[in-house]
Amino acid sequence: MGQILQAKNIHKSYRMGKQTLTVLRGVEMSLSEGEFVVIVGSSGSGKSTLLHILGALDKPDKGTIEFNSLRLDQMSSGRLNQFRNRQIGFVFQFYHLLDELNVLENVILPAMIAAGPVTWLGCKKTVRQRAFQLLERIGLAERLKHKPYELSGGERQRAAIARALINQPRLLLADEPTGNLDSKTGYGILDILKELNQQGQTILMVTHDDRIARQAGRIIRLSDGKIVS
Amino acid sequence: MIGLKLSWRYFWHRRISILAVASVALCVFIVVIVMSVMNGLAGDFKEKCHRFVGDCVIRSQSLVGFPYAADFIRELEKQPFVAAASETVQGMGLMTYLGTSFEAGVEYVGIDPQKYSEVTNFAKTLQYHADKPENAFVPPDVPELDGCVLGIDLILLRSDTGEYSPSSRPFLLRVNISGFPLNPKGGFARAGTDTVSSKTFYYSDHIHSGLVRPDGGMVYIPLRQARLLSGMDSPIERSSTIHIRFADGVTAEDGTEKVRQHWREFMQSCRGKPYAEMLDSVGVQTWRQDRREWIAPMDKEKMMLALLFLMLGIVTVFIICVVFYMIIGHKSRDLGILKSVGMSSPSVAAVFLGFAGIVGIVGTILGTASGCLFLWKINDMENWLYNHYGWRVWDRSIYAIDQIPNAVEWSTLMWVAVCAMGACLVGALIPSIQAASKSPVRILQISQI
Ligand SMILES: Nc1ncnc2c1ncn2[C@@H]1O[C@H](COP(=O)(O)OP(=O)(O)O)[C@@H](O)[C@H]1O
Ligand SMILES: [Mg+2]
Repeated sequence: MGQILQAKNIHKSYRMGKQTLTVLRGVEMSLSEGEFVVIVGSSGSGKSTLLHILGALDKPDKGTIEFNSLRLDQMSSGRLNQFRNRQIGFVFQFYHLLDELNVLENVILPAMIAAGPVTWLGCKKTVRQRAFQLLERIGLAERLKHKPYELSGGERQRAAIARALINQPRLLLADEPTGNLDSKTGYGILDILKELNQQGQTILMVTHDDRIARQAGRIIRLSDGKIVS
Repeated sequence: MIGLKLSWRYFWHRRISILAVASVALCVFIVVIVMSVMNGLAGDFKEKCHRFVGDCVIRSQSLVGFPYAADFIRELEKQPFVAAASETVQGMGLMTYLGTSFEAGVEYVGIDPQKYSEVTNFAKTLQYHADKPENAFVPPDVPELDGCVLGIDLILLRSDTGEYSPSSRPFLLRVNISGFPLNPKGGFARAGTDTVSSKTFYYSDHIHSGLVRPDGGMVYIPLRQARLLSGMDSPIERSSTIHIRFADGVTAEDGTEKVRQHWREFMQSCRGKPYAEMLDSVGVQTWRQDRREWIAPMDKEKMMLALLFLMLGIVTVFIICVVFYMIIGHKSRDLGILKSVGMSSPSVAAVFLGFAGIVGIVGTILGTASGCLFLWKINDMENWLYNHYGWRVWDRSIYAIDQIPNAVEWSTLMWVAVCAMGACLVGALIPSIQAASKSPVRILQISQI
């Protein structure tokens, strides 16, 4: 299977006043098409930072990231926006849905941004169709018109997963998607992710829960700013 | 598309947008009202001034007048751009109502009422002779004697409400006017006991021009009597002014320019005639220039008011700026989300600018509508206040207005609306751009804590 992501020698530090906090010191990792990889590490070890850099939401201080032979660290911010929109789906611990939009609108948001105002009218129907299918698959078909605050945590996270998948991204990035849920609901989310992976979706997930990590195909351990295994 | 949708949702879901709309609406409301009333007052006043003097005025700077006015009028009347022209003789005098102790300093104006009415709205301001201005100086009870037309405030009392107490027509009131006849050099024309010349007139009518000076201190008398009082009858017949009304379609500026040319030629042709040097002190001006000492204070007041409201506008921009900082502070998580799914910074800024636009449009519409409503009822409200509490915004015994002008001009509304919209966008611009340029990671990380 082909490699879709390769990160080499990633460094990242944060400056806070006079102090510099070095979070990542030379991370090396790669990801193949169809893999389900989990990054584990203690809290504050830099897992989220790494995920954001891999998803082009943040830039490394040093190092190269190749996505399908595209150099993310050299792309302009305009291209990066487009890249994030089309190729990456993000799922966050705190769901991060927009309160002003209902479930369906939240799900099709990335598609609307991808289309722009003119083409949107042309592709509106197909996008909505895909949104219905996605929501059906993850069991939210009855909650289309509900606002995020009317949903439970698990339902919100499922809506967020549907949003991440609407543009059929090559890579799904999930940052502790079960971290805010009770274990039963959390395993429900995990089941969805596993099912998606079985259907071919490449997934990179962050967690600090070893039991959840064991479910994945491969585990990467992050400690001291480096990959240790 | 999604940007506009989000703007709209933010507008409906944020209670703070009510605050923003209210501040915009309030500002627009106040500006619409004050500008309309002020524009109305100024426009009304200028129109009164215009109709009071005609389109163009030829006026001598000196108290002794200028000769050959009749010749020039004859020449003017041949010109197609001139509709009518009429001369006056003006001077300062002392007025006494015979049999009473009422005395006042007045400006007497000698006119031919018929011709003068063709140039100005003199006839329309007459109480009794509006249809027959030629009889303005004919006292009904003693038609063979000279009458005079008084400014309304000289003859009727004005109450706080601005109404004149109706009185029986005091046609037998005799008015004595004393003037100081001057010779062409400006000295007293007659020395000794005869220095002052007096003349008695019967009250025949009064004018209500709506202008403070004429209504309170002018007396119109027949032209030849005024010449006698001022000494402009000898050794050569002189006049103080020539008033001109132009034909329809001729602007005051264009017409006056033509009159100036004719006047220069006329002065040339008079060279060598006796007293021709008196023509040097004569100026030809539009009604605006001629009345500028009445109009200028009004314009200045308008200007001051506009400046004050400019400051109000700055405060509005400031308020909107604050409101937007608050809103965007609340919504910073959304900014991070939008960016994480690939929205560009300009589009994110556009979401908030769109929100500002909606606030601006709604605020402007509400403010304009309530302002117009208020103006529509402003006179009723003022009357109600006066009837219940005896309080008036404009004391009618000072201001020569009957009603608060409340006509709304489209151009004023357009200006206010454009400025309000501009203020909203400017107020939202800085916070929007600042928010849009924030790093999404930072926002998302902070909101996770
Ligand atoms: N924007 C930032 N500014 C300063 N420090 C940050 C910032 N983002 C993360 N950090 C710090 O970097 C370290 C790693 O953060 P993070 O990647 O969120 O860890 P994890 O997700 O593994 O818990 C933490 O100590 C955190 O405080
Ligand atoms: Mg984290």
